[in-house]
Amino acid sequence: MPQDRLSANPPERAARRSSRRHAGPSRRAFLTAGTAVGGGLLLSLSLPGFRGMAAEGKAGAAALNAFVSIAPDNSVTIVAKNPEIGQGVKTMLPMLIAEELDVDWKQVRTEQASFDPSLYEGQFAGGSMATPLNWLPMRRVGAAARQMLISAAMLAWKVPQSECATQSGQVRHLPTGRTLTYGVLSATAAKLPVPDLNRVKLKDPKDFKIIGHSIPGADSPLVVEGRPLFGIDTVVPGMLYAVFQKCPVFGGKVASANLDAIGKLPGVRHAFVVEGAAGHAFAAEGEMQLTGLMPGVAIVADSWWRADKARRQLAVRWDEGPTSRQSSEGFARRAAELADKPAEKTLRNDGDAAAALKGAARVVEAAYAYPFLAHATLEPQNCTAHVQGGKAEIWAPTQNPDAGRKLVAQTLGLDEKNIVVHLTRIGGGFGRRLMNDYMVEAAWISKVTGAPVKLVWNRSDDIQHDFYRPAGWHFLKGGLDKNGKLVAWHQHFVSFGGNGKFASSAGMSANSYPAGRVANLFYGASMMPLGVPTGPLRAPGDNGLIFVFQSFIDEMAHAAGKDPLQFQIDLLGGRTVLPGGFDTGRARDVLEKVREVSGWGNRQLPAGTGLGVAFAYSHLGYFAEVVEAAVSAAGRVNVNKVWAVGDIGSQIVNPTAAVNMAQGAILDGLGEALNQKITIDKGRVAQANLDTFAPLSMTQAAPIEVHFLVSDNSPTGLGEPPLPPAVPALCNAIFAATGKRVRSLPVDPKTLRV
Amino acid sequence: MRYTLHVNGGEHTVDVDGDTPLLWVLRDAIDLKGTKYGCGIGRCGACTVHVDGAAVRSCRMPVADVGKSAVTTIEGVGNTPAGAWLQAAWLEVDVVQCGYCQAGQIMSAAALIARNAAPSDGDIAAAMDGNICRCGTYLRIQEAIKRAAKNHSATPAERKGA
Repeated sequence: MPQDRLSANPPERAARRSSRRHAGPSRRAFLTAGTAVGGGLLLSLSLPGFRGMAAEGKAGAAALNAFVSIAPDNSVTIVAKNPEIGQGVKTMLPMLIAEELDVDWKQVRTEQASFDPSLYEGQFAGGSMATPLNWLPMRRVGAAARQMLISAAMLAWKVPQSECATQSGQVRHLPTGRTLTYGVLSATAAKLPVPDLNRVKLKDPKDFKIIGHSIPGADSPLVVEGRPLFGIDTVVPGMLYAVFQKCPVFGGKVASANLDAIGKLPGVRHAFVVEGAAGHAFAAEGEMQLTGLMPGVAIVADSWWRADKARRQLAVRWDEGPTSRQSSEGFARRAAELADKPAEKTLRNDGDAAAALKGAARVVEAAYAYPFLAHATLEPQNCTAHVQGGKAEIWAPTQNPDAGRKLVAQTLGLDEKNIVVHLTRIGGGFGRRLMNDYMVEAAWISKVTGAPVKLVWNRSDDIQHDFYRPAGWHFLKGGLDKNGKLVAWHQHFVSFGGNGKFASSAGMSANSYPAGRVANLFYGASMMPLGVPTGPLRAPGDNGLIFVFQSFIDEMAHAAGKDPLQFQIDLLGGRTVLPGGFDTGRARDVLEKVREVSGWGNRQLPAGTGLGVAFAYSHLGYFAEVVEAAVSAAGRVNVNKVWAVGDIGSQIVNPTAAVNMAQGAILDGLGEALNQKITIDKGRVAQANLDTFAPLSMTQAAPIEVHFLVSDNSPTGLGEPPLPPAVPALCNAIFAATGKRVRSLPVDPKTLRV
Repeated sequence: MRYTLHVNGGEHTVDVDGDTPLLWVLRDAIDLKGTKYGCGIGRCGACTVHVDGAAVRSCRMPVADVGKSAVTTIEGVGNTPAGAWLQAAWLEVDVVQCGYCQAGQIMSAAALIARNAAPSDGDIAAAMDGNICRCGTYLRIQEAIKRAAKNHSATPAERKGA
């Protein structure tokens, strides 16, 4: 393997080397799990290797499949196949396997897989999909391995299966009380036929000993000791350090640069222009999310500090291109112009919204807007790559290694099979690292220099070269009948795109709620061309749209003179599943529960303090949230408390992680609402660091009560669903506190002054 | 230039430019990767270390200014009582999400509870507000600091009873 030839020392291996237990396969043949075309898992035989672990391990340990290996001392290594971005997947996926394998968690060591589609399906972090996609498949992997261990014990004892049971990593012969540990059985078990994964027996949830119990993060002991785990911590012998200066204007190219002068600066080994290959950089929504190699200047030095310092002497004449004429101000102006014209595209047209508005007893008009947002992962984009002789080895903090490998293969002209991608721990994802621009940059720079290269973006690179949450403008009219019932909804969404297609993450579904619950409803869209790259940010689409929908519903409730929470429940109506999978009953349930836990309607609040409510169906989960906010005379907003109720199905896999994640997502939403805005000026981003693009700080954080409703639905994910309602719940609380409606984000204290 | 630094009780001689921030000397010259780069302008706190016991943003401190001061990083803070209690509390409370900021959080917290045995909410906010957690684990960070401070100032008998 290239990994061994290079004697690489990626953080995952360094950490593993000094951990207490070691496990790995020693056999030549291994059973591997993959997903069949029809969606079911299959186990297949793979010769000779099990690449994720081949380099080390304890003699005698046996791999039962690509996920599970068990050493003679009964220590169990379970592979987590997906990238860990802080969502807890390196703990959660192995929990699913360990539960059905029937071992104690204290026996288990988890290990991050490298990217390897021949062994693992769906190695990505995005869309809150890890739980729904893996809930049954990972459990089946564990159950299959357990069945093989039972079969090995049956052979050893010459007894029928009905006389065998398992517990805590042992098979027990019930009539005699004899036991054999999995560690003793594993070598034999690994040679046995693999059961049909679709027919293995799974536990009754009432017997769960790991699922549903709080398990602390698997890597947390290493994190609190500062051990090297992250992409930015990667060390490869002989590596050089790179920075990459792209044109501040998106799409701009290098006309000339003072490369000779830069090449003579201390420590600088290489300085060169990258022409780029940007043909498919800004893929529209629904297309493959490839990101291209942007043009720029690479500086490669013997230390990162020297490379970044040399950049300050860099003088580039840029050919800025047409995007230099675009600005946030210009977009807002154009959006207002388009608002007065018919929508270019009809997304949905139920009944006759125009006629219903004419006949309405009360009409409310409002214009809403939200800005571009960056991701600002705390670990800046980075990647380490070694490209030589038609092969590449890459250590990448990526949420989407498959797309990254394709991009590198395509851009560098390599065969995908000759590119090894190691998945490092990731210092925050939020959707940013579904794109792999940093990966192709590192690979290209390594190819040109012929050396292993660690590329690290500085924070300005990171803020100014993102795939931004697109800004959006919404022009709404709502109509109430004489009883205060919402009978008309007309919405013109001005977004970005071209040729009738929305830019990435800039779309709106025809099924967006309250569609299906307002008899006369029109959703239309108009699109402006955009040279700024956009992409998914945590709860893409919903992080802006839910602010608009849930704020405007709140406006209509107040216009009707009704309690906003009751108005929401009345609008949901009877229990049914609307097109798009939205279950009005589940939404009602979380709203009713949040009414109860927040004391909605039963609390006396001081002047300048208010409660706001909002809910969302997002990424298969249902969350209703109540925010209590206080607004000072100077317009300063203080969030006093948040109550959140979520329904993500029948089982919370890891309760401690679930509460942590929900609180974090809600605080993320509050940060977007209170602090964050990316401004485009002359085709470039005006903000350059965390002083002008500030994530939520500790003093802005509020206590958050999180409740989960258990429902009879298969478990779904949690990274995204709690975020969207936090934004409108806060804005609705501000209205309750001040009578002032927030229709533009972020919240501007000047508009809230008394 | 050659500089001899006193880091986590050991001596390290490095040959780097004098303006190199302590952060990059720790990470790339001494290979202590626990201290993290986040912003380079002292605004996120991910690079926090102790210099003679005080919490310092190592991205803003040139190596030439460190002199003979004792530098403690996340790799060494577990050898101090405050650091050890904090690391234990961080695990008990299960603070970590992505984990990238947590070294800086623990270093800021360790400087706080080493000088303030019973920090109030206000004390914690004042000491910690410059440490950004992009995942939003603030509520658990506050809880872990309180737990660690309590253990740090307690007698062994009190801890046993807790």
